[in-house]
Amino acid sequence: MQRTARRTTGGLALALAATLAITACGTQSQGDNGGSTESSSESGSADLAIVPSVQIDIDGAEVPVETSGDPVDPAGDGTAECAEGTSIAMAGALTGPNAALGQNILYGAKVAVDEFNAANAGCQITIKEFDTEGDPQKATQVAPQIVGDASVLALLGPAFSGETSATGDVFSQAGLPSLSASATNPDITKNGWKTFFRGLANDAVQGPAVAKYMVDTLGYDKVCVVQDNSDYGVGLATEITAGLGDAADDSCSAEVKVGDKDFAAATQIISSSDADAVFYAGYYAEAAPFAQQLRDAGVEIPFVSADGTNDPQFVTQAGAASKGAILSCPCGPAPDEFAAAYEALNGQAPGVYSTEGYDLATIMLTGIASGVTDRAGMLDYVTNYDGEGLARTYKWDDTGELSSALIWIYEVE
Amino acid sequence: MSTSTPAESNGAAGTNGAAQPVRPRPELPPAGQTPVRQRAHGGAGDRLRLWWDALARPAQWGIGVPFVVFIALLPILNIPVLTTVGTNFGAVMAQFGMYALIAIGLNVVVGQAGLLDLGYVGFYAIGAYTLAILTSPDSPWNVTQPEGWLSDDWAWLAILPVAVAITAMSGLVLGSPTLRLRGDYLAIVTLGFGEIVRLLADNLDEITGGGQGLKSVAYPRLGVTEELPNGVFSAGNVGSTLNSGVWWFWLSLVFIIISLMLVGNLERSRVGRAWVAIREDEDAAEIMGVPTFKFKLWAFVIGASIGGVSGAIYAGQVQFVIPTNFNIINSVLFLCAVVLGGQGNKLGVILGAFIIVYLPNFFLGRTSLFGIPIDGSEIANYKYLFFGVALMVLMIFRPQGLIPVRQKLLTYGRELYVAARRTLAKMSDGGPQAAYATSAPASGTVGTRSGGADGAATTERTGDDEPTDGRNR
Amino acid sequence: MLVHGVLAADPLIGFDLAALGRNFWALTVDGLTYGAVYALVAVGYTLVYGVLRLINFAHSEIFMLGMFGQYATLLALGFYPSGDAFDKGILLTILYLGIAMIGGMVVAGGAAVGLERVAYRPLRKRGAPSLVFLITAIGASFVIQEFVHFVLPALTGGELGGVNAEQPIRLVEPEVQFTLFGANVTNVSLIIIFSALILALATDMFINRTKFGRGIRAVAQDPVTATLMGVSRERIIMLTFLIGGILAGAAALLYTLRVPNGIIYSGGFILGIKAFSAAVLGGIGNLRGALLGGLLLGVMENYGQVVFGTEWRDVVAFVLLIVVLMFRPTGILGESLGRARA
Repeated sequence: MQRTARRTTGGLALALAATLAITACGTQSQGDNGGSTESSSESGSADLAIVPSVQIDIDGAEVPVETSGDPVDPAGDGTAECAEGTSIAMAGALTGPNAALGQNILYGAKVAVDEFNAANAGCQITIKEFDTEGDPQKATQVAPQIVGDASVLALLGPAFSGETSATGDVFSQAGLPSLSASATNPDITKNGWKTFFRGLANDAVQGPAVAKYMVDTLGYDKVCVVQDNSDYGVGLATEITAGLGDAADDSCSAEVKVGDKDFAAATQIISSSDADAVFYAGYYAEAAPFAQQLRDAGVEIPFVSADGTNDPQFVTQAGAASKGAILSCPCGPAPDEFAAAYEALNGQAPGVYSTEGYDLATIMLTGIASGVTDRAGMLDYVTNYDGEGLARTYKWDDTGELSSALIWIYEVE
Repeated sequence: MSTSTPAESNGAAGTNGAAQPVRPRPELPPAGQTPVRQRAHGGAGDRLRLWWDALARPAQWGIGVPFVVFIALLPILNIPVLTTVGTNFGAVMAQFGMYALIAIGLNVVVGQAGLLDLGYVGFYAIGAYTLAILTSPDSPWNVTQPEGWLSDDWAWLAILPVAVAITAMSGLVLGSPTLRLRGDYLAIVTLGFGEIVRLLADNLDEITGGGQGLKSVAYPRLGVTEELPNGVFSAGNVGSTLNSGVWWFWLSLVFIIISLMLVGNLERSRVGRAWVAIREDEDAAEIMGVPTFKFKLWAFVIGASIGGVSGAIYAGQVQFVIPTNFNIINSVLFLCAVVLGGQGNKLGVILGAFIIVYLPNFFLGRTSLFGIPIDGSEIANYKYLFFGVALMVLMIFRPQGLIPVRQKLLTYGRELYVAARRTLAKMSDGGPQAAYATSAPASGTVGTRSGGADGAATTERTGDDEPTDGRNR
Repeated sequence: MLVHGVLAADPLIGFDLAALGRNFWALTVDGLTYGAVYALVAVGYTLVYGVLRLINFAHSEIFMLGMFGQYATLLALGFYPSGDAFDKGILLTILYLGIAMIGGMVVAGGAAVGLERVAYRPLRKRGAPSLVFLITAIGASFVIQEFVHFVLPALTGGELGGVNAEQPIRLVEPEVQFTLFGANVTNVSLIIIFSALILALATDMFINRTKFGRGIRAVAQDPVTATLMGVSRERIIMLTFLIGGILAGAAALLYTLRVPNGIIYSGGFILGIKAFSAAVLGGIGNLRGALLGGLLLGVMENYGQVVFGTEWRDVVAFVLLIVVLMFRPTGILGESLGRARA
């Protein structure tokens, strides 16, 4: 027993000695910059937020906001009647590493369903959750269950482009309208499916729009495009690079991996270039450390990114480094009223695609309220739908794309 | 029944494949002549095994075929508790079919030849990507119509052998430099290989589509009707009980049976005996004249090709391949299936694959089980936690897996088992001295000794084998 | 000629040696910084392998727990997540860093010893073969990851763990200290490289000069004889895991200085594989090999990602591993713990 004790103390002593040695080292290096960090640490990140600035079209030109008018209220007039057990389905990643995105959509839809059920005693809608984990194979297993459930009149989802491609045939053949709030890969609507509707602008709109905005409005001559290896990041980077044309500098473009936290080489490449801005095509989990490491390395050029980064987590994780970042999104800003209702119901602030989840669920609910009782009716209703939502006007062309797709530009300030 | 503790049955296992000296067991006859009754594995499972092994071949067929048919019909029968709720049972069974194939292939490498492969997912990926690159319209090397010359109807079937050949070749390419490495080094190198394959798929985006993956991969277009313009295998075939998942499950069953026959025959041949020898003690095998490198390479190539078949089935069913589906976690899951079921045992690893695929899906979306309300989705969410705990517990209490492998006679087995059964029957009637298994013929390749000085005994020892119960190398 | 033409027209893999030349020293310094962390984690793998001939696959999760340990210590000290670096003055910063490192060491060291107790000791008692150990280690790795993923947030009321990375608490903001051949050297790099060097030297001395170190080497060389000579094998094994854990905890703090956003349940996995590769590269079981392998891997992958493109970083690391093993199957310095082993 005694010997063990001695061993342990020995180990601790070693650890302590090592620590002391380290701290001695730290003294020196810390010594030179004691004063210089003062200023930055005072401007805490607590007061930073992602603020909508302008709305642009595919040419990067500013478009005045017009949807501030009168969004459709899911509650309707409170006289809706429907069969008991009528439901809508939501499919997306509800567990796993990408769960946050699926939950944003689901929670947004829940707000709409809640408002509807509270107002319409004669029609109680349930929202059925189907978890795909964001995995295409899982989605092919889940899709038949959704189709097989006769009470489901419409589907909110699938959330990701990959799983949408893998299951589109299923919903198309079953005639089940599927309204996606987040799948932005341009190719999805080229499959001839009659039941797929995209509730936001695709990357082929966002890419050129943001690229033109950067060149024409912000006046950048040389932009480094950094992409992650996700479906989304690759697709967006392609569109952005094409949209930028000569302004895209190939010599400082870089590719990183989802899950990376260290961007030393990319930072190195960018800091040794004379670019005007960095565009990051990827998600906030990587964008935050990347933005921070760029600032740490003394790169002060603007950080531009898109909807994958447009999340409060980006600001909390990157802190002061996120200040001034320009974030685009096909998603509209969440109005205060909706944000309050969302937070009251779900215990967290709305995230990216929450408003789309709410808007698309609202479309399904108003359809049911208007007397739709089967999938064919719902398909018909959605196809001919034309109405305002929280984020934008919803009206689809015959491929399932929005007729007028606009992009929002946000800024962290 | 069992008189031996697990520790004893593990006793002969050296940490590095080097056989430790046989422990003295005074109550037992000399090595190789353990009485059936006192052997470590005398449980119900072994009685079943003995009974099965002793059956005549037609009788085995008579029982086996209906059993396989029953398994094949599982997704159609819709047995109440068994059927999954949140996901389609047919599609789950299809995934099980793929994992079962993988488990069989990985079992050749890990269970039979004793080579720890942590990068098996690489072969699965190569199989899937070969098919996708050659048949997806997104790929520059697409050979299907309209750009190419290959008709869409037959593309999957035509490319399948190509996929298998390329996967086998990749097994050769990986194996020839690395198989000279031993044990743990091999494990890390294969792990690196698995990652390299995934990263290549991710980085060579002009060919593989990179992170965007390859869409619209070919699949067999069979059973085209008015309602099913793309045939029974298309993802669009849903709704009825005979949905596409069931068809894919059946297709993979066919491949499972083919692989089982192939692997089973190999196991009983010179190759199989060489694998066992390598697994038990590579140095000894080398000294005894087994060309170990050649047979290790064989194991790698065969394992890889089976993985390639599974990958091709995956690409066909999902019609979409993307690098993230081929990460290390999957490699580890495959290994879990093999270890859980009982490495070295072909049927055991299939059970392992079933557990790995089925259990999370069983809980997904289930709100009550036998009347007890549960949050199944939450439970399914914790699957890796449960798999981890299961692996740890299993390794402590049953390291040989749920259905452990038993070393058995590789040649002239049936005659011996018949004799063994007779002995067993007589033992239960009369005394142990009543019968000796004397009918086992000696073969040229298998040195079978039977009989024992101090009691009824048959031996399952073959000339070049050590008993392997509990040994997992 | 044709091949060249094809490559030039459509480069599947970029190749830019000029960029390497331009940034050579910056990349070297940065690679050494990263390699130092690899090296410290690799020591844990190599010691356990030397003594037990076991790949402690779960060591990456010990490192991950170390990150959470130092983070929790900082929280307990009254720090809060903020995007900006705290400025507490030099002495206090050092003190806090020291305390946080001890926090990380305690958690990681404790977890390593606990893992040995719960998972490996029962197997050793049963004399299980090494594959069984490896699979247990993989199981333990899953369990620890999922514990931090699901159970820890429930235990701490959402403070720690969960699906997202912890919001960073930063004590040191990177500041360029001086320039070496045109490469900027930051305070963070200096802290990491020097701390790692000191820890490595201390460990090397501990293994080679002290009684316990002799015990470890003895067990590594011949467990049976060592036991006969009065060395308690169990205690030595525990000590080995403890040292590995402590170093992983120290590495965890250093790593979070470099990568403040890396504190996440899955954050140890890839780093662990790299560190293990580093250990194998140097010659597993060989302490100095682990250090050499770590630094080499860190530098080489940093070069590689500039020459071939940033997305090839991990490929470079793994290809390097395979190539080295093909020509030196027991790693650069060969397998041994202190002394040569047959």
